[in-house]
Amino acid sequence: MIALPASFIELTARERARAIVDAGSFRELLGPFERLKSPWLPLQGVVAQADDGVVVARGRIAGHPAAVAAIEGAYQGGSIGEVSGAKIAAALELAVRDCERGAPVRMVLLLETGGVRLQEANLGLAAIAEIHAGIVALRRHVPVVGVVAGEVGCFGGMSLAAALCSRLIVTRQARLGMNGPEVIEQEAGIGELDASDAPLVWGLMGGAQRYATGLADVLVEDDAAQIAREVRTAFEHPPAGRTTEVERYRQRLAAIDPQHPPTAEGLRRLWSSEDLR
Amino acid sequence: MEVLKFDYPAQRALSGRSHVGVVGSGDLEILLEPSGDRHAHVTVSTSVEGFGNVWKHVLDRFFGRFDGAAAIEINDFGATPGVVMLRLEQAVESLTP
Repeated sequence: MIALPASFIELTARERARAIVDAGSFRELLGPFERLKSPWLPLQGVVAQADDGVVVARGRIAGHPAAVAAIEGAYQGGSIGEVSGAKIAAALELAVRDCERGAPVRMVLLLETGGVRLQEANLGLAAIAEIHAGIVALRRHVPVVGVVAGEVGCFGGMSLAAALCSRLIVTRQARLGMNGPEVIEQEAGIGELDASDAPLVWGLMGGAQRYATGLADVLVEDDAAQIAREVRTAFEHPPAGRTTEVERYRQRLAAIDPQHPPTAEGLRRLWSSEDLR
Repeated sequence: MEVLKFDYPAQRALSGRSHVGVVGSGDLEILLEPSGDRHAHVTVSTSVEGFGNVWKHVLDRFFGRFDGAAAIEINDFGATPGVVMLRLEQAVESLTP
């Protein structure tokens, strides 16, 4: 009999966070019984979830003190509202404080999000900016590891958060990009992008393509044990430094002619990951 | 969105609490904890309006077998009655002290 690996994608945010930390070390902060819900969704006739769709937990990773922030993709598309965003930002800020007092914390972000929650508009955007600032502050002390596993993917302002991570782990099922395919089709027309064309969409923004073009660092199977292992390994590696290599990325963009956009395969040739590694 | 409230008599005090489910399409979230009095209290927030009667039938059936003094918060995103019943049973099974 062949033993199938346990899926990571099928897990809820809470189960994912639990799968990342060392067995028995999971301790949730601001859990659902704290009822830190979105005050804005019910006003707009939308049912709110008791934890606002973000699980923050302390625990250990390979024996080291760690923190995990996991976004629940099944709730409101993993969107970042005032409360859910503040939970992630606060987790990052507390980790920075711990690092500054000499107690480093290994931070993992499990990103499954369409980006800002439109019903909370600027409050969500402000929280996302705080998350960006938190990652930049924390990665001066310790690596910040991001995981985009899949179902939703990682889009909008939170795709910038993924890019800011010291190391980014993706599966083939993951998608990573500023605008999601449905948004592109809606805004620019089906001639620009047919969002129902899965091979095309994954060719553009899928995990394998993002890995092949150096925009993600590790490509994994949908295997909870492998992802937990790769998270541990990621903390031993030097940071990817994507967001500090401005000139290299300018050159990469200059190599593209927007009048004749490259195919997915063509972009792999233009932006082969080797020139970044 | 509609908010519905139900009360049922209870026979025994509860210890522990549980949280199951997600406010995702066709699913619901349940928070179950001791009510602190001799009744069970259920608050349902549901995205689907006009099904108060169906909720009452499902909860009547559940409390025909469950007699704990529980405060139950249900945040529903269009779960069918079968899913609601499974989640309620799961919430009782996963009660932790």
